[in-house]
Amino acid sequence: ARFTRGKSPVLERALGRPRSELSLAAFALLFSELVQYCQRRVGSVAELQARLARLGRHVGLRALDALVARERPGRRETKVLGGLLWRALFGREADKLEQANDDERTFYVIEREPLVNTFVSVPRENSSLNCAAFAAGLLEAALGASGFPARVSAHWHKGTTLMIKFDEAVIARDKSLEGR
Amino acid sequence: MSRSPGRKQENDKISRELFVLTYGALVAQLCKDYEKDEDVNTCLDRMGYGIGIRLIDDFLARSAVKKCRSYSETADMIAQVAFKMYLGVTPSVSCNSAAGNEFSLILDKNPLVDFVEELPAERASLCYCNLLCGVIRGALEMVHLAAEVTFLQDRLKGDAVTEIGITFLRKPEDRKHKR
Repeated sequence: ARFTRGKSPVLERALGRPRSELSLAAFALLFSELVQYCQRRVGSVAELQARLARLGRHVGLRALDALVARERPGRRETKVLGGLLWRALFGREADKLEQANDDERTFYVIEREPLVNTFVSVPRENSSLNCAAFAAGLLEAALGASGFPARVSAHWHKGTTLMIKFDEAVIARDKSLEGR
Repeated sequence: MSRSPGRKQENDKISRELFVLTYGALVAQLCKDYEKDEDVNTCLDRMGYGIGIRLIDDFLARSAVKKCRSYSETADMIAQVAFKMYLGVTPSVSCNSAAGNEFSLILDKNPLVDFVEELPAERASLCYCNLLCGVIRGALEMVHLAAEVTFLQDRLKGDAVTEIGITFLRKPEDRKHKR
């Protein structure tokens, strides 16, 4: 604990509504620099995406704190949380949310137009996967921290697709709640 | 969570948290990769430069401002239009030199440090927001204004305010003879 500094204004400040928004252009350029920085330090595309996912997780953990503290307590349904988080961060809903036919643990989030592709001039598939890798890490950390552990990965399929695979425990719990 | 396909993405805004936290993740990563504060600061400045030289296009396209006729107008433009547009804040501007080429932007509010309480003890010389200096420098260079941009004061380091100093590197009289 820090007792050396007197007040802690940041920690005591209310989170408050409304959330403000910032320019997408600024974020896209920041993200582009971030990707370039990581690219210079890795040897493969897989490593790059792993780095971006790690950075995404860093963000996701902290984004969730802010989001959950602000929303009404008790709204913890899987889909609602995912939608809220996505909308809170990206300002809009994802293009599509699908559940896999053969596996009740798996959901797909599909974005036809990746969010921050605007300023990145590398081949489209790679750049959108970079953004998606970051988003995957973000979502994975947020879901995990809110009690819905899952593995989230990014793929190129009908646009960029995030594949969310929930742990068995989550589905089991969901079922037992529905049964009530 | 789904919406009907075919709707164009009109929203050109993103949540402030996403931006601020991503910046924080970047700084954290740089601190992992570089031991010395100066190296992190330099890296942030360089990345900011890379952003600035491209951000200026977006700024000029969206703000449709007239060409600035003096350094003072330029400094005002940065503080009142650009900062407002991209960070949602408006630093105050003051001129620091009789020659009219040194200015200060005083940031009362700085979104980049929304979630930063203080610097860790081992990172006392870190200029957390050094990216901003690079952005300003890069953007100015693209409109043919050479400038030095640094943090003169930083609240995170215990100073009373956060102050960015912009020094335009050619005297105002020289500009008349540019052609």
